[in-house]
Amino acid sequence: MVFNSPTLSYSLLAPILIILGGALIGVLIEAFVGKARRPIVQLSVALASLVLALIQVIRIRELSSTTAAMGSVVIDGPGLLFQGAILIIAIISIFLIADQDNFTSSAAALPGSDEERQATQSGTVLTEIYPLTLFAVAGMLLFPVSSDLITLFVALEVLSLPLYLMAGLSRHRRLASQEAALKYFLLGAFSSAFFLFGAAYLYGYAGTVSFAGIHAAVVGGTGNDVILLLGIAFVSIGLLFKVGAVPFHAWSPDVYQGAPTPITGFMAAATKVAAFGAMLRIFYTVLAEAQWQWRPFFMVIAIITMIFGSLVAISQRDVKRMLAYSSIAHAGFLLTGVIALNKAGFEASIYYLFAYGVATVGAFGIVTLVRDSSGEVSDLNRWAGLGKRSPWVASAFAFFLLAFAGIPLTSGFIGKFAIFSAAYESGATAVVIVGVLSSAIAAFFYIRVIVLMFFTDATEDGTSVVIPSILTRLTIFISLAVTVALGVFPAPLLDFIKPLAIFIR
Amino acid sequence: MTSSLIVYLIAIPLFSSAILLLAGRKANKWGHLLGTLASASSFGVGAYLFTQMLAQPVEERAMTQKLFTWINVGSFNVDASLLLDQLSICFVLLITGVGTLIHIYSISYMSHDLDRRRFFAYLNLFIAAMLLLVLGDSYLNLYVGWEGVGLASYLLIGFWNQKPTYATAAKKAFVMNRVGDLGLSLAIMIAFASMGTVSFAGIEEAAPKTSTTTLTAIGIMLLIAAAGKSAQFPLQAWLGDAMAGPTPVSALIHAATMVTAGVYLITRSNFIFDAAPTAQLLVVIVGAITLLFGAVIGTAKDDIKKALAASTMSQIGYMTLAAGLGPVGYAFAIMHLLTHGFFKAGMFLGAGSVMHGMNDEVNMRKYGALRKFMPITFITFGLGYLAIIGVPPFAGFYSKDMIIETALNAGGIKGILLGSAALFGAGLTAFYMTRVMILTFTGTKRWDDDAHPHESPILMWLPMAILAIGSVVSGFLFTRGDALVHWLEPVVAAHEHGEHSELLPPIVVSGIALTIVLIGISIAVMMYVRRPVENVAPENVSALTKIVRQDLLQDAANEAIFMRPGQALTKTLIAVDEKVIDGAVHGVGAMAIGSGAGLRKTQTGYVRSYSALILVGAAAIVLGIWVITQ
Repeated sequence: MVFNSPTLSYSLLAPILIILGGALIGVLIEAFVGKARRPIVQLSVALASLVLALIQVIRIRELSSTTAAMGSVVIDGPGLLFQGAILIIAIISIFLIADQDNFTSSAAALPGSDEERQATQSGTVLTEIYPLTLFAVAGMLLFPVSSDLITLFVALEVLSLPLYLMAGLSRHRRLASQEAALKYFLLGAFSSAFFLFGAAYLYGYAGTVSFAGIHAAVVGGTGNDVILLLGIAFVSIGLLFKVGAVPFHAWSPDVYQGAPTPITGFMAAATKVAAFGAMLRIFYTVLAEAQWQWRPFFMVIAIITMIFGSLVAISQRDVKRMLAYSSIAHAGFLLTGVIALNKAGFEASIYYLFAYGVATVGAFGIVTLVRDSSGEVSDLNRWAGLGKRSPWVASAFAFFLLAFAGIPLTSGFIGKFAIFSAAYESGATAVVIVGVLSSAIAAFFYIRVIVLMFFTDATEDGTSVVIPSILTRLTIFISLAVTVALGVFPAPLLDFIKPLAIFIR
Repeated sequence: MTSSLIVYLIAIPLFSSAILLLAGRKANKWGHLLGTLASASSFGVGAYLFTQMLAQPVEERAMTQKLFTWINVGSFNVDASLLLDQLSICFVLLITGVGTLIHIYSISYMSHDLDRRRFFAYLNLFIAAMLLLVLGDSYLNLYVGWEGVGLASYLLIGFWNQKPTYATAAKKAFVMNRVGDLGLSLAIMIAFASMGTVSFAGIEEAAPKTSTTTLTAIGIMLLIAAAGKSAQFPLQAWLGDAMAGPTPVSALIHAATMVTAGVYLITRSNFIFDAAPTAQLLVVIVGAITLLFGAVIGTAKDDIKKALAASTMSQIGYMTLAAGLGPVGYAFAIMHLLTHGFFKAGMFLGAGSVMHGMNDEVNMRKYGALRKFMPITFITFGLGYLAIIGVPPFAGFYSKDMIIETALNAGGIKGILLGSAALFGAGLTAFYMTRVMILTFTGTKRWDDDAHPHESPILMWLPMAILAIGSVVSGFLFTRGDALVHWLEPVVAAHEHGEHSELLPPIVVSGIALTIVLIGISIAVMMYVRRPVENVAPENVSALTKIVRQDLLQDAANEAIFMRPGQALTKTLIAVDEKVIDGAVHGVGAMAIGSGAGLRKTQTGYVRSYSALILVGAAAIVLGIWVITQ
């Protein structure tokens, strides 16, 4: 038997390889660099890898190839747009993650144990978070450019496993954090199993795991439709779990609440881009011809997701849980972009993902600032009157909320407008009507928070806004600037997306 | 032709405004200088572009500049582009020219105000917004400027908002303007829905193919917008209260420029109104009613600024009337707008100068005999006075005479009615302006004891003098060889020139107009020179006078027609909101939370139930597949 070594286009794979390299260096730093210097060295390495990867993505933006890694990875305009968006979100998030107050000093110690107390008192900080973040980013970069089911599954696991760990690293309320991590892991494993099950069906249907092969089989239409449908259904469950669509959403409020807030922001923003990136690729290219089979299901799921997310968010009393349900509602809005199945819908989805991701990181960045003596305060009642005490922080948060609500002159408006009009053009009128209605409901709970911050008198319980560190300030400022810019001048980004947003098969 | 300079007209004052607002108190020393310089530079750019236009052949004079693609979503494409044509250059020169003079005047007028820097920031903001309004090449760009001037007007009316009544006046102006703004946004929406474009050029092209009903609807909505911004009937009530702002603001915004934006809008939309006779007729009616309404109110005002404000309302009524008279009238509307810009701004500055010397007293019954103490103010104000009442050869004579003639020649009973209204208005104008002159500058002293009237410093009287020169010569210059009419022809009169039969020869019309003006002056002289003037308004007056003093009951009417029903409606809606909508929302929320085995219970916190939920979801999908494949 002859063994052929694989041919790899290193420059096209470089963004992923740089991040993986950075992560490995991070692991070595954990072993060889002294404790005192570790945080700054780790941050520099992580930031450098992310920036280098972004530069490489920009350099190769004109290129495209289906054979970058023996047909397992496809590099094209949309893939690079998703990679770019993930990297930008990761860069913004890394500053927030670098604010070590949010993480436990010793993840291995039992919550409340002497060991933990000693570690905290000795000033130990947890720097493993940087390589973990980079591993997750590498998985996310691979996810939307995978072009066979095996690579897709590997990418899914590479991005998920570090996130499970990172969710458990909160400094405050460590038990809740660990519980969240365990739940996320168990449910993630469960949905991965569904995904694999579906992948097996698709293999059974097409006789191959490559997207091109499956697409050819779908177009040929000779296989057994029931097997195709089951395959689509189970693969979709794996993906819908990651984006938090109903009824596969149950993990997200608990995990959003329990995880350290910077991780929640990063996860909410970047995972969504990666998962929707993969989903858009699969449904726009591989399964586009099978739309009569899957679109009705997606419409039902989108409708349930939007309504459920918006309605349940109303009754939340915790800001992180509220943002979690809001993110569920947004997953529903984004699903309308998948349903639209036209070029306008695809461009709108990319724009929406980027705009929403940036605003999400910014919003969670602000959540980290509102604290009392025992740590972050996420109880909404205690946010009352924040506008009077910290007008800048409250105004920034209000602006992010307005962007989520899709009020004109924020990025959210352009995204919603574009995505709904694309879905309307494709004939999904019912979904659009539900989307607009649930946007209205969603606006209610966003604006309720604004009213609470600015027009309600504060309760006397010593909630205060800490003075943000320079890093956190950077995160919030960049997110705010991008959100404003995309709201007022959406055209440059839309024009940038337009020529690139063409999948190759 | 394209030009990359147009944007600087707007960018310079906008940038200056931003600097002044951001710099804070640090800019107190030089803020007013920067503001004035910005306005003057903008005027310089405007003048240069004007000479460039003059150098071009007629059909290539319009210049455009594309700034960026503003919105590009689906079929909705709007560029942020600027259009400088023969119509907009008139406004550019008026806004920046008069604007600069008023900036200079304000340096001195506001010198004791601690917030002078902020005042100049708002003035610059206004200049930028107003220029955007007249330079936008589409209704949407115009709308941005339209809202911008509304904001600047609000900020400046309420500049002394430490007085609650002033803050209320600002709010009143803002709210009544919103009604008009709604008209504009509806017009834009109708235009987009029916023609798929919002640019002037696009709509002009599409108008002939559009049904008259649609065009009429757009026209009426535009008229509502114009009525709100230009204080025309029935949205006129805010202008008098807007006099709460500092006097330079009244001169610039509420006399010379912003309030004429409605006339600009109608003139700019000539392609819509020419094709929608019903809307055009409504424009004429609104103009005629307002010109009489304002003039009547003007006869009973003792507050010098409110008398001038009523006069502004009336004069804009003339412009609206002219604009409603179609292709022949547009140029005359713009001509009267420009001459009015000179003489009314000049008179407002004169009123400011009088107030400056009289401890901010505005009641004319407490003036008198100021001619000797303020000779320059008297002369400049007097030249403006001669211009507004239409004495030849002053500016107002030419422009108003043209409007009266055009109205008379409108044909049939319509022409006679409109012509009579315009003539009667001219008589009333002569009456109330003579009254202002007599009460302020002649007769006996009726001052309060602590008044020490004195002439204003040069920075204040110089702008007044320049505007007075404009009030004298501008009318002659505009009409010499029909200069302005020919200049504007490519924009407004490119359509068929309908030859109207002349009801009366022009010389006869002028004669009648002058006679009526003389009658108005004589009545005023009889009432206020022959009889002594009391320094408090007499109470034993006819019921009619009382009604006129209350602005013809405009506020009472608004309260009865809009406010009280509105409050009742609001109460009902609140009740509906609390009972029905909140009930529904809470009900739905409660359903989400509390429908027992429903949604909330899914969020138990137990992994086993979460995974069961996923399983149920998967099962439902499989069931669905089974159903559809059967």
